[in-house]
Amino acid sequence: MPKIYLDYAATTPVDPRVVKAMLPYFTEKFGNTMSLHSFGQEAKIALEKSRKIVADLIGAKPNEIVFTGSATESNNMVLKGIKGKHIIVSSIEHSCIMETAEWLEKRGVKITRIPVDKKGLINPLDIERAITKNTVLVSIIHGSNEIGTIQPIEEIGEICKKRNIYFHTDAVQTFGKIPINTTNIDLLTASSHKIFGPKGVACLFIKEGVGIEPLLHGGGQENGLRSSTVNIAGIVGFAKACELCAKNMKKEALRLTKLRDKIIKNVLKINRAYLTGHDEKRLPNNASFIFSFIEGESLAIQLDLNGIAVSTGSACSSMKLEPNHVLLATGLKPVEAHGSLRISLGRWTTEEEIDKLIKILPGIVDKLREISPFKFK
Amino acid sequence: MYTQKLIKHFSHPHNYGSIKNPDGVGQVGNPVCGDIMKLYIKLDKDIIKDIKFETFGCAAAIATSSVLTDLVKGKTIKEALAIKNQDIVNSLGGMPNIKIHCSLLAVDALYEAVYDYLSKNKKKIPEKVQKKHT
Repeated sequence: MPKIYLDYAATTPVDPRVVKAMLPYFTEKFGNTMSLHSFGQEAKIALEKSRKIVADLIGAKPNEIVFTGSATESNNMVLKGIKGKHIIVSSIEHSCIMETAEWLEKRGVKITRIPVDKKGLINPLDIERAITKNTVLVSIIHGSNEIGTIQPIEEIGEICKKRNIYFHTDAVQTFGKIPINTTNIDLLTASSHKIFGPKGVACLFIKEGVGIEPLLHGGGQENGLRSSTVNIAGIVGFAKACELCAKNMKKEALRLTKLRDKIIKNVLKINRAYLTGHDEKRLPNNASFIFSFIEGESLAIQLDLNGIAVSTGSACSSMKLEPNHVLLATGLKPVEAHGSLRISLGRWTTEEEIDKLIKILPGIVDKLREISPFKFK
Repeated sequence: MYTQKLIKHFSHPHNYGSIKNPDGVGQVGNPVCGDIMKLYIKLDKDIIKDIKFETFGCAAAIATSSVLTDLVKGKTIKEALAIKNQDIVNSLGGMPNIKIHCSLLAVDALYEAVYDYLSKNKKKIPEKVQKKHT
């Protein structure tokens, strides 16, 4: 049975062209970018070339890109490195923002969590109202990793600019997939492994003039903002991945949107299946649902047994045994949130794969409902 | 994460569904944490002749329900009440630590079903059954 991967929001396979670009940097061009000799200089040139490619994808200047080890690190750096008394986040941030905000809260920083509506959308006016004279930073996720809703970051950025407050967006799910205009963005997090690059590399866009302190101190790499020996192979891979995304972004987004909408149209034919997230302001590659009366982990494992890999925000699948906070933030009751399923598409998703999913999903839902004590009235 | 045995019970659960006119029904669980188990039992004198379950929950919850019904079917009440959650875990070839609570839930559901049967028939309720009934 050929396996079907529909969990591209979790991570992606590395594009073979990216692997090819990376390989020389493990064995021949392995130098330390801080070294004076030719090996070091060769690596340094590759680093700066990569920085330019990554910057180009969001219309930034190369010196505005700092390479990090993960999006979690980039997000931690923003929240911990911008010092102040009050930070505004949304209630649907990734756990690496949520947990960092909670950590800061315990240390005396005031945190405001902006609610979302049923479709996961933030009202920018809520942010404007939450700003006080102590506010230093607003951090809002661009595209939701769980429900796919895309936030109006231009508008939010404009509000922040007007009030002279830094605006950060976690763009892990949108970077490389849809165009991003950084005119009103001060800081932006992006990751390599979500766009067919290697794991262990990410970046933080820091607009010129933004005052931020590093998390890591040491040899002073990345302009003193991220000390650590430079992961040159990883960064070259990240840049190659960006280049490939840039080449085909519009066409690929359109292709995925069509497949996504085909999934949504067909899955919603299942009795008591509901779309989570926004119907239009939505990531091209995210189709997420809840199914009444059944539990998401069972559903995901049944699909896996049928060769289809997807994901769920159910409590049973989490280490905390709590339903996903994003689903609860949209107003779902815990018992509803347990029945969640996230399908996310990518570069190698084909229509045949989608057809197979559409064909087998209803039967699996029926079977689990037969076992469930909850029944249709 | 899950054993082959557990996946087998989850994919092809035994004794699921409901029983018409059951002698006892037990429902346990909490929709917030995500598992609900409902057990139906039918007795012939003191022997649990038939048992069925309905479960809302993860693969582990469904598999433990299935195994429990296997362990209970054909046993006397006394024998059935001697089943421990560890017996369920062992029958599944082990379970991830975070899922052990599912096996406890299965035992609780059985105790509730037995309680329901005994109290409906005005029979003496053993102390350990009374204790678990809240």
